[in-house]
Amino acid sequence: MATINVDGQQYEVKEGQNLLHAVLSQQLNLPYFCWHPAMGSVGACRQCAVIQYADEDDERGRLGMACMTDVVDGMRISIEAPQATDFRESVIEWLMENHPHDCPVCEEGGECHLQDMTVMTGHSVRKYRGTKRTWENQNLGPFIGHEMNRCITCFRCVRYYRDYAGGTDLSAFGSRSRMYFGRSEDGPLESEFSGNLVEVCPTGVFTDKPFATHYTRKWDLQSAPSVCPGCAVGCNVFPGERYGVLKRVQNRYHGEVNGYFLCDRGRFGSHFINSDQRIRRAGIRADDGIFEASGASNAVAEAAKLAKTNAIGIGSPRASFEANFALKKLVGEERFCTGLSDNEAMLIELALSIQREGSARTPSLTDVEAADAILILGEDVLNTAPRIALAVRQAVRGESLSMAEEAGIPGWQDAGVRGHAQQALSPLYIASVAATRIDDVATATFGSAPQDIARVGAAIAHEIDSNYAAADIELSTTGNDFSRQVVEALGSAKRPLIVSGTGTGDPDVLRAAANVAWALKAQGSDPALLLSPMEANSYGVALLGGGLSMADALDAMTDGSPAIVMENDLYRRGDAQRVTAACSESKMLVLDILENETAEHAAVLLPASTYAECTGTYVNYETRAQRFYQVFEPDDEIRPAWRWISDIADALDSSGAGWANINVLIEECAKATHAALATISPPSDYRVEGGTRIPRQPHRYSGRTAMRAQISVHEPKATVDDETPFNYSMEGQNLGTQDGAAVPFVWSPGWNSNQSVFKFQQEVGGALLGGDPGTLLVVPESDSDEASRATKFRDVPDAFVATEAFLVVPIHAIFGSDELSNASWPLASRIPAPFALLNIADANRLGVQGGGGVSGPGLDASLEVLIDDRIPAGVVGVVHGLPGTRTMPTGRIELSVDSNFVRRPNGTSDVIARG
Amino acid sequence: MSAAELVHVLSGEEIAEIEAEIAHLPDRESAAIDALMIVQKHRGWVSDTSLRAIARLLGMSSDALDSIATFYNLIFRQPVGRHVVMVCDSVSCYVMGADGLGKAIEEHLGIAFGGTTDDDRFTLLPIVCLGACDKAPTMMIDDELIENVTAERLGEIFGRFE
Amino acid sequence: MSLMDTKPLLGRVEEVGGFVDLNAYEAGQGYGAARKALTSMSPEEIVNLVKDSNLRGRGGAGFPTGLKWSFVPQGDAAGEGAKYLVCNADEMEPGTFKDRFLLENNPHVLIEGMIIGAYAIQAEKAYIFLRGEYHQPYRRLVEALADATARGFLGRGIFGTDFNLDLRIHSSGGRYICGEETALLNALEGKRAQPRTKPPFPPASGAWGRPTIVNNVETFCNVPGIVRNGVEWYQGLGLTEDAGTKIYGISGRVNRPGLWELPIGTPIRELVERHAGGMREGFELKGILPGGASTDFLVEEHFDLAMDYGTIQAAGSRMGTGTMILMDNSICPVDMSRNLQHFFAQESCGFCTPCREGLPWIEALLLDIEEGRGQEGDLEVLDRNAQFIGAPGNTFCLHATGAIEPLQSALKYFREDFDEHIRTGKCPYHGRRL
Ligand SMILES: Cc1cc2nc3c(=O)[nH]c(=O)nc-3n(C[C@H](O)[C@H](O)[C@H](O)COP(=O)(O)O)c2cc1C
Ligand code: SF4
Ligand code: FES
Repeated sequence: MATINVDGQQYEVKEGQNLLHAVLSQQLNLPYFCWHPAMGSVGACRQCAVIQYADEDDERGRLGMACMTDVVDGMRISIEAPQATDFRESVIEWLMENHPHDCPVCEEGGECHLQDMTVMTGHSVRKYRGTKRTWENQNLGPFIGHEMNRCITCFRCVRYYRDYAGGTDLSAFGSRSRMYFGRSEDGPLESEFSGNLVEVCPTGVFTDKPFATHYTRKWDLQSAPSVCPGCAVGCNVFPGERYGVLKRVQNRYHGEVNGYFLCDRGRFGSHFINSDQRIRRAGIRADDGIFEASGASNAVAEAAKLAKTNAIGIGSPRASFEANFALKKLVGEERFCTGLSDNEAMLIELALSIQREGSARTPSLTDVEAADAILILGEDVLNTAPRIALAVRQAVRGESLSMAEEAGIPGWQDAGVRGHAQQALSPLYIASVAATRIDDVATATFGSAPQDIARVGAAIAHEIDSNYAAADIELSTTGNDFSRQVVEALGSAKRPLIVSGTGTGDPDVLRAAANVAWALKAQGSDPALLLSPMEANSYGVALLGGGLSMADALDAMTDGSPAIVMENDLYRRGDAQRVTAACSESKMLVLDILENETAEHAAVLLPASTYAECTGTYVNYETRAQRFYQVFEPDDEIRPAWRWISDIADALDSSGAGWANINVLIEECAKATHAALATISPPSDYRVEGGTRIPRQPHRYSGRTAMRAQISVHEPKATVDDETPFNYSMEGQNLGTQDGAAVPFVWSPGWNSNQSVFKFQQEVGGALLGGDPGTLLVVPESDSDEASRATKFRDVPDAFVATEAFLVVPIHAIFGSDELSNASWPLASRIPAPFALLNIADANRLGVQGGGGVSGPGLDASLEVLIDDRIPAGVVGVVHGLPGTRTMPTGRIELSVDSNFVRRPNGTSDVIARG
Repeated sequence: MSAAELVHVLSGEEIAEIEAEIAHLPDRESAAIDALMIVQKHRGWVSDTSLRAIARLLGMSSDALDSIATFYNLIFRQPVGRHVVMVCDSVSCYVMGADGLGKAIEEHLGIAFGGTTDDDRFTLLPIVCLGACDKAPTMMIDDELIENVTAERLGEIFGRFE
Repeated sequence: MSLMDTKPLLGRVEEVGGFVDLNAYEAGQGYGAARKALTSMSPEEIVNLVKDSNLRGRGGAGFPTGLKWSFVPQGDAAGEGAKYLVCNADEMEPGTFKDRFLLENNPHVLIEGMIIGAYAIQAEKAYIFLRGEYHQPYRRLVEALADATARGFLGRGIFGTDFNLDLRIHSSGGRYICGEETALLNALEGKRAQPRTKPPFPPASGAWGRPTIVNNVETFCNVPGIVRNGVEWYQGLGLTEDAGTKIYGISGRVNRPGLWELPIGTPIRELVERHAGGMREGFELKGILPGGASTDFLVEEHFDLAMDYGTIQAAGSRMGTGTMILMDNSICPVDMSRNLQHFFAQESCGFCTPCREGLPWIEALLLDIEEGRGQEGDLEVLDRNAQFIGAPGNTFCLHATGAIEPLQSALKYFREDFDEHIRTGKCPYHGRRL
């Protein structure tokens, strides 16, 4: 700790930081632009100038940039000295020379860091007489709008996009006062993390394009703390709503999970909420087979009839823990199926048991970033759990940071670190079926079939500690070479990390990953083991468990058992023919969000809420249970799935078997399963400063009367929310001091932009003032025994042998493989045509080229052939979850060339935006 | 364009010269400026196609390379005439009448600074101090430094460049 | 005594009457100093010798060369990997033409200086970062490097020692900022020539993150003489506190503009009157930029000062490159300032706000004033900008600081000219220009 004196006040700050970071951590206001807590300092904008005094007698002091100044114990500085405030005002005056005064039509208006800093520095009178520079903008694709005239040349965009996120197609062009930030030509930004540009850019150059098409000011958006449903990472998000429409999703800071950044699936994938495929009304299938809107009570009555006849319940890894619990409760343990496919269920069971064994830490993303050597076994995290890949990119910079530290260059001095360490990277080894989009930072890669990935993993484990896995695993030369390198890198690491997941569908890969981590632990290092499942609540529903496997459930349905299918398209969980047979024979109650093929078979159809329309819990890859809160009330008959179930339960049992509100359900759920579920977020009677509730709407929320003027000129009474501590209004306080799980948006006086988040943190880049949300449900068993661990996974699969028939391995696409975001219109043009990855030799053997088509048994349609450098001979990678590959054949299939194949162009989509 | 096609854009000679530079450097990207200058030496300027080919050759993105190319004023990203005329407009030449001379040259060639004559013979550009201040005003045509330029000498000077 | 003893840089050029090729250079004892250094002196001895000689960098800042060299880690402290020695031959400072002259006429004295320097810091890789427009110097350097290599002065096992040196030319893509030593390193690495933060300073972490020394052409050219003749001789060359000779240059309306190697500390008036032959008929000397475009104006009261680092600094300017630009009475100080600011605004790398946005504003204001559109308050805007842009530390690198030097001194010494423009709405010099 160091004591510094700022304008006569003493503050205790951390040493080793830069001064800007330190004073912001004290919640002081000091303007800045180019600095970013996650990206360090470069000293470009010169906005953060302060006066630094040499000693007690120094009266004049010297102007310097806080972001480029080391914190030194005993230093005395001034933020308020006139020389400093004058200079900072001048900086704005310079930036304003060319900045267009287009705030009224600018998407950033009202949450613009430049606006905030302009007000904060006091610049108001324009003296510059010249004309403003103008630029032509670019079409950067469906996600990001571009308005270069607003640029203030802070370099944050390229620093984020290139240096932080590893993108290659955004650059700074030109020089002097004619700097241009964009692509070398029009075209969609390629990085899967491009959306963060919206939040990184301090003004309105890079904006959220889908948001801009139906724009709403920040102060008119209603929001609540939420969790992204896009994958198992569980990034914290702020969905913003107006007029019953999801307008946009922004990052909600979490010190351990997503930090400051989201992936583009998360940011742009939520527009499924506005999709025309939404199921909006309760319906009963009439005798002619057509659905009739029946009204909710009739549908509930009908559903209750169905439930009464010993129905089975099929839950879902994309539904909340509570909804699954409610369904399980309704149908009973033995008649409940988690809704996971049998293979995924088995993989997750395995992964959870490995985590329980507990010898290796399960890392948060912050821990991932701190890893000093990483082995990725099989999992293509960029496509299955994208935010992890961004964290891995930060981890590999560790080597640069330690080189810099050795040279006395502080880690926050970003340009200095990069200049000194050049391209130095910490070891990252990737064994994968196909090429990945983080290969550019990998030390070495190894491509093979899943079972060979498992073999190489086993060999590595055995080499690290011979108690693990089998001896004498024969590897290919490349496999041997890879394994030798990995052993060396992991062996000399202090914080090694093994990453794997359920993506390849092969349990041996998970076993190998566990063996490597455990072997490292046995050797005395502190390894972390990350095993990612596929969906937002995969671990949650698996922890809940159920008596039926998917096969059991489908069998029962085929035998005529009625079924309640909740938020689950069964066609994604099992063989299509089998699912069709089951759905046709069973009388089904389907509760879901979007129309899908399963729903088409329903006898009763109930419209379920999305994550933004209800309150619930997801359990992420760490088994961190995180609560998301209802952001807005959906129109029509849409209700939370648990609420429908509650009504059905009530209808079945007039004594009130249902749950009065979500809190009652959560409580019961916590009692029956994990006590932590009751404490991960504050109860409904939680109150903040002044005994008030927390508003979902910023205090400048406007137009409450006008919004519904076409219906009635009277302002409707705001809905009273007795389920949560939040108001559906601007009444209340959101000062940031409340429980970290209850921050509905960030805003602070003088800080209208998202930069205000520092006012909600204990220190810049640290935990939220009220603590980072979420609790891990699986706590490692402390008495887990090393000897039994060592023998747990002895068996090693046979080596893969290529044959005429191709082994099918699932390939995942960040845009397209996820069921819900698939229906989000901004993603449409980024969703690839269904494809099959083939090795060039195999393609030649088949007589097909890249761009040609192949078909095979079990595939709904022909797939476009893409040649992949890494995929081994005899393996076909089939993209998962797209039309045509929704269900995936397993095992080996014969492929044949489809000579009539016509590639479905990108962007064809039936999705129409609503709102 | 595939990798092979892109590299095909460059001549064997250009590739050989670029590779020779790379051989002396710690990594391929470090040769970015050399490579651009080499290609420009052969072609007069760096087209988008050339740029992409160079980027491929160096293993970097064309965005990154263009970012570098557009920083430097001697790398031309637009076509230039057969001869590039660069007239010093810095202070010593200014003192010795460079602004008047500049106007005379514009008139003589019938183009403004930044322009290229219709016959593609000359591109006229301003340049900063050419390091011959004692013989101001100065200009440079291609790689020839011309000192003590006067309006009277323009016909003779430009006449030497076809 | 040969001319080499009084004019170690250009004496041989004078004797030969132009380009000194390898034969001519050797005939004048060339490469003897490098041989002596490599075969009979330790690197440390050389660093100390250069330190003791009081040689100060001739690139503009005047930083003591030996001291800079001593910052390079030696032995184990240097860690794995190369060290680099770089000659800054970017010379783009307006009004500066000394390095080109040296390169064109006496390339071997540079090469010899670099061999000694490389040996002193134990760098086996060296670059001459050459301005892209310097075609003739390029040709001469290529020839000289080939000759020196052929004679075994470069390459492997120089002078039978185990010291190797690979000396290469990097031609710049063009931009004044490339001359700033950290921007130069980025340019050398093939990147955009944005300056880097200091620390780390290049001797600790420079090119490709490795220890690097950057010196000006003229600085290196001083080294062989020091090694050959010793510290006492070298210090004896200077007229004042500073040591050695300096290449002074004069451009503007004098009778004989040009370059001269003279004892450092030669008075300004002697340079103008004696060496440059005085002002041309009909012109009066009104102001001087003593060492290139980025130095403060000196005026009549300063013309008797000695041109050395300390004296010129005390007078509120900098010796800079030692090549003076003369402003005569036909030149409008406002317009000349505009010309200068045009240069600096255009050459800003664009990284930091004050320089990128402030200099074009200054340029635009000066143009307004010059063309009669000046308004009351404009000078205060100029003052404020000058104050905020010019203070070292307010901008990222010294480019903008340098830009403000001639402006703030013009505003001080020629304020009446500025006022008159605004008052009368026209330029009083109009029609006076020749
Ligand atoms: C904007 C700017 C441009 C510069 N240009 C040059 C140059 O062209 N040549 C040069 O030798 N030094 C130049 N310098 C100075 C160098 O940064 C550096 O101080 C010098 O090369 C060190 O050499 P020396 O110690 O031998 O003087 C420039 C400095 C700045 C700030
Ligand atoms: S002062 Fe700033 S903008 Fe100007 S050249 Fe230096 S770093 Fe670039
Ligand atoms: S934030 Fe410090 S210079 Fe930009």
